[in-house]
Amino acid sequence: MQAEAVPFLLRMGDNALILGHRLSEWCGHAPVLEEDIALANTALDLIGQCRMWLDLAGEAEGKGRNADDLAMLRDSWEFRNLLLVEQPNGDFGQTIMRQYLFDAWHLPMLNALADCAQPRIAAVAAKSAREVAYHLARSRSLVIGLGDGTPESHGRMQSALDNLAPYVGEMLSPDACDIAAETNGYGVSAEDVARECRAEMDMTLASATLDMPDVMRRAGPVRTGGKTGRQHSEHLGHILSELQWLQRAYPGASW
Amino acid sequence: MSARPAPTEVWGWLDGIPDPEIPVISVVDLGIVRDVRYDADTLIVAITPTYSGCPATSVIAFEIDKVLRENGVDDLRVTQQISPPWTTDWMSGRARNRLRQYGIEPPGKADGPAQCPRCGGHDLERVSQFGSTPCKAQWRCRDCLEPFDYFKCI
Repeated sequence: MQAEAVPFLLRMGDNALILGHRLSEWCGHAPVLEEDIALANTALDLIGQCRMWLDLAGEAEGKGRNADDLAMLRDSWEFRNLLLVEQPNGDFGQTIMRQYLFDAWHLPMLNALADCAQPRIAAVAAKSAREVAYHLARSRSLVIGLGDGTPESHGRMQSALDNLAPYVGEMLSPDACDIAAETNGYGVSAEDVARECRAEMDMTLASATLDMPDVMRRAGPVRTGGKTGRQHSEHLGHILSELQWLQRAYPGASW
Repeated sequence: MSARPAPTEVWGWLDGIPDPEIPVISVVDLGIVRDVRYDADTLIVAITPTYSGCPATSVIAFEIDKVLRENGVDDLRVTQQISPPWTTDWMSGRARNRLRQYGIEPPGKADGPAQCPRCGGHDLERVSQFGSTPCKAQWRCRDCLEPFDYFKCI
């Protein structure tokens, strides 16, 4: 595994880690028991995927760090996740909308990566894609059900979409790291993935009777700085203080 | 000197290890043991996770290690293999029957249960896409009104 792949692998792993952690915050708080279990199970899949990506990143880096070291001992500016996944849970509608927007990109991304030239990366992507296909099926049907639901649920889903729309551009706009990944054979055509993702969003949001905000149609990123690590939102620091405190307070603790 | 039993004998021992969450089927029935072979004198057992975050995977690796050592194998390694990804197609016919007897409807062809594992009814509704473990979903039978677990098709 080449060392140049590290930033790309961190992006894949950190997206799964931060979104997985966000979803785990719902544990015991969801509106009904079935949804509580569903959110926790989705979180579990993402944390499992995160471990595979971050182990690969640690190996490629060659400094002897494993997934736990990378998850627990980096600071916020070293994280490479999208701004979208670190946004607060808000109400159930906002959590489901954030999940849907991410799933709509994550699945075509993983499907394309499963065919990439690097066999280890392709294997992790193929394993993850099966789980994420299920995530998308669920978040899509909930977005449609709640969007095309009561006036109350429709209003909440539209406001969730309006709040999260500025973060979609970062996900769909390839930067130097994405392009290098494609050129070096461990990435994908980010433009193909974006096209597939936009088609999915067009169809689902229309079925959900939701208006796509203009900011989502714009080419290029609107708010950015997550996947480069240059400017995360303030939320990431709060997530890390909760996620990492035990390893920070008791270095090397295990059980 | 470590014993060096034949792989067929090892498969037999592994078939005696129950899945920690669904004890009516063995880890072999579930299709997660992918390979048993020797690398020089070291016995290698390759297992694959069902779902990537499934906490049972590390318990299963521990159980396999324990059972093989009880059978006199000291030189062994349990490895994880993720490709090709696990699919419910690898589940044995025996496992499917046992699941149904236990009250868990086995994975169907399309993603949905074929019948109620309790009464055999076909008027079914989904309660939740997820269940008590990552591999299951919750359904309900409108004939006998009982809820049941469905083993998701993946």
